[in-house]
Amino acid sequence: MTVLTSLAKALAAYSMGPQRLTVFRHQYISSKPIVIVPLTLAGETNAPLAAMVGSDRARPTLIVTRQPRERAERLQFAGRLASELLFPIEMAAQRTQPTGPGPNARMRVVDAPQIWVPNPAGIEFVRTLGRMTRLRQIEGPWAVPKKVRDLGIWLTWFAEQAEFADTGALIAATQALAAVWATGQSDLEDGNLAAQMAWLDPPEGMDVASAVSRAENPQLCPPAGPTTDPTFDRLFLEPALRDLASARTPAAHSAVHRRLTAMLEEQMRPTWELVWTAIDLLLEVTEAPRVPKRWEQQRDRFTSFHQYVANGGNPQAKRDSAGRSAHRLAELEQRMAAFEAQRAYDDPLVIADYRLTGEAFAGQVVDVDATRRVPGLRRSVLRPLVTVATSDQVHLDVDQHVYDPARNGQQAVITSVNETEDGWRIELELQNQMGGGQTAKPGSVPLLGEEVTYTSVTETFVRRRPWPTREETPWTHGGPPPDSTPVVEDAAEDWS
Amino acid sequence: MSVVDERLNALRGAAPRKPHNARTLAALAANPGCLRRTLLDAAGIDKGQIAQGLGVRISIGQMSSIAIARGKGFEAKVKADGCAELLRLLREHIGLPVAEVHYHDLNPADTDDRITSRLRRSRHALRVSAESNEPTGTLFDHPILQLTVNGVQVRIEPDLIAFKLGNQFFIVEVKSFAILDGTADSGKVAAAAQQSAVYVLAMREMLQTAGLDPDMVSDQVVLVCPKDFSNHPVAELLDVRKQLATLKRQLDRMESVESVLRLVPPDLSFDLRLDDAGRPTRDPQELAAAVFQVTARYSPECLGACELGGVCRSEASGMVPVLGRVVREDLGGIDSIKEAVELATGLREPDAGQQQASDLLRRAYGMREAALGAVR
Repeated sequence: MTVLTSLAKALAAYSMGPQRLTVFRHQYISSKPIVIVPLTLAGETNAPLAAMVGSDRARPTLIVTRQPRERAERLQFAGRLASELLFPIEMAAQRTQPTGPGPNARMRVVDAPQIWVPNPAGIEFVRTLGRMTRLRQIEGPWAVPKKVRDLGIWLTWFAEQAEFADTGALIAATQALAAVWATGQSDLEDGNLAAQMAWLDPPEGMDVASAVSRAENPQLCPPAGPTTDPTFDRLFLEPALRDLASARTPAAHSAVHRRLTAMLEEQMRPTWELVWTAIDLLLEVTEAPRVPKRWEQQRDRFTSFHQYVANGGNPQAKRDSAGRSAHRLAELEQRMAAFEAQRAYDDPLVIADYRLTGEAFAGQVVDVDATRRVPGLRRSVLRPLVTVATSDQVHLDVDQHVYDPARNGQQAVITSVNETEDGWRIELELQNQMGGGQTAKPGSVPLLGEEVTYTSVTETFVRRRPWPTREETPWTHGGPPPDSTPVVEDAAEDWS
Repeated sequence: MSVVDERLNALRGAAPRKPHNARTLAALAANPGCLRRTLLDAAGIDKGQIAQGLGVRISIGQMSSIAIARGKGFEAKVKADGCAELLRLLREHIGLPVAEVHYHDLNPADTDDRITSRLRRSRHALRVSAESNEPTGTLFDHPILQLTVNGVQVRIEPDLIAFKLGNQFFIVEVKSFAILDGTADSGKVAAAAQQSAVYVLAMREMLQTAGLDPDMVSDQVVLVCPKDFSNHPVAELLDVRKQLATLKRQLDRMESVESVLRLVPPDLSFDLRLDDAGRPTRDPQELAAAVFQVTARYSPECLGACELGGVCRSEASGMVPVLGRVVREDLGGIDSIKEAVELATGLREPDAGQQQASDLLRRAYGMREAALGAVR
């Protein structure tokens, strides 16, 4: 968190209304998001109890287990969830377009699926359900339907994607909201979707304070799951499960099941509505310019993983090998750095954070030498000089590279820094993106009097050495890893 | 009875004493600066009842009945047949060469079994075992331990098993969260380690009081959890040295109850004045006034660790700590939210200690206004 975030929180608490943290929304939002609101049975390791799922706010699909402690019923639950999720995944994979003209173009899906859950615990549910189902086998004594195993593979992929800062594949509503708005409560309280939404969208005719107090009462606003409210467990769920277990006739069983379904729907419905309202609120915020490009990369990732699954790829191993861990860690860092830089380039409120820490400055151009040339290797090259007057507290020094967000990250090097009465005068030498001509391309060199921003944050990332192949995994990382083919023991795993 | 005990009993009034447990001790150590909690816990006051008496809903310590049933079932499974399953784990996973063991049941004999007599039994059993050189292992089921907190001796009744092998005591903690593919929820493991540290410290203190070597209690704790998605137990060794060091430091730092008592008026009482049906008859406003006589140190983490969290939150309303620890650090030296906003907008001149934070806020506010000006 930064001073700007803290200030926004203080302003929100003072005004009793939400405060924007960013000018733009940096999260891509699909035109057809899939929402999952899961519930699990308390005390068990991810024993699914029920889920509300679908892309149609008015008509969610309700999946309720008939006996959450039974293995066969858990598989049944997974099978029904698979029917809901694998269809949109397959539909998305069918519609592709070339990445560009020419023979080297690859195919890329037109749109990729995007899943929303209420909170980070929902992402954990997806991850654990994926782990539970992906290692099953589709033949032999513990055979499960293929769709159950495929669901596991896909849920694991979605949960892995959710670890990346720039992801759009699996989103927790509370986190997406917290990226755009500050409320006047702590992060801990913002983790409760109902309490967070009480600030952003209080019920008609209710002030924020009463809305928050209502949201914190689990009897009025059931928890967003997957854990259920302990009072609900004691008063309703436990008796219903007991009746379910003791029902002797099919008629009695289905009567109890109807009761169970109704009470669970009552627990999930408010959260379901909140997630959709959250999506609507976020859609009202203007999308940042670099969002479509990032989503394009996400579509590429989806396309290639679909290819992998379609070609009969193995389920992900229980634990990553050292090599894969190293890859993932590097990718996590790289995508995080790129995402941070892109946000800063797009959003004046995000770059303001860097200005406060001295990693960026904004000011007015007070001097320009647009035609300056310096000797190069073969001939002289264009290196205009720009002097900026700023009142920001700059912590950058001579010879440091800085970039201009407004000019697609045009690179400049600081040639001098001088303190003046009311701030700093910084002289920069522009280094690229000015065209190949004798004079600079129009617009590529700032004009006298122009307001400009420069920052040391960059989105380009250079990997110096290529990764070793799988066979060349060094001994420091345990040498070449064994193949992670699923074994029968995994398929027979006990789920009591 | 000492003067301190007398005053603590007076604070509690007629209500029965609510003993500490490892969870309350661990939570207390997490916020050692909170005098309110220190005092109420030392006096054994039921904070949940106080919160309810003040009309504040509490959600702390509430566990699902379904989860409790499952947890008990799991513990019973681990302890069944004289801890047969547990011994198998100790042999297999921890590599302890346990041939045969004694089993010492220290559970209450009946409902009338007083905690003092159980403590005496536990202490005796542990001391005898510590002094003997017998090579066979011994399991102690549900011993009562004692720890000095704020200068007061606190009895804790942990849900645990102590295991002695050779010259070493091990604490065994049975938890019902799963270890999935060798990893478990880091928050839950951290909480388990924190609690275990309390047990290790208490047991060391007991040995030391008996004139024995406290280092006989290992700082490695055996954690027993369900494996993956099953109900089968699996064990892991947990190193709690770090938690022990933190706990010791915080217990040392904690104000002694005696010095806290000096700060409060002598006639202060938190008695709810329950009637025969167990309903509180004390005027909530009067009770609130009594509670607010003792200063609290609120942070949002209290909501998940202390029954009075909601009470202290509404008391702290409008103050910076309500927004969380990070905000409190960012706005260092500024107490109220109104003050922070007024400093940022330039409506107020900073005090001597606020100059730096104020400058930063002013600049941040200016940038914010400039950036948002376009969207508004």
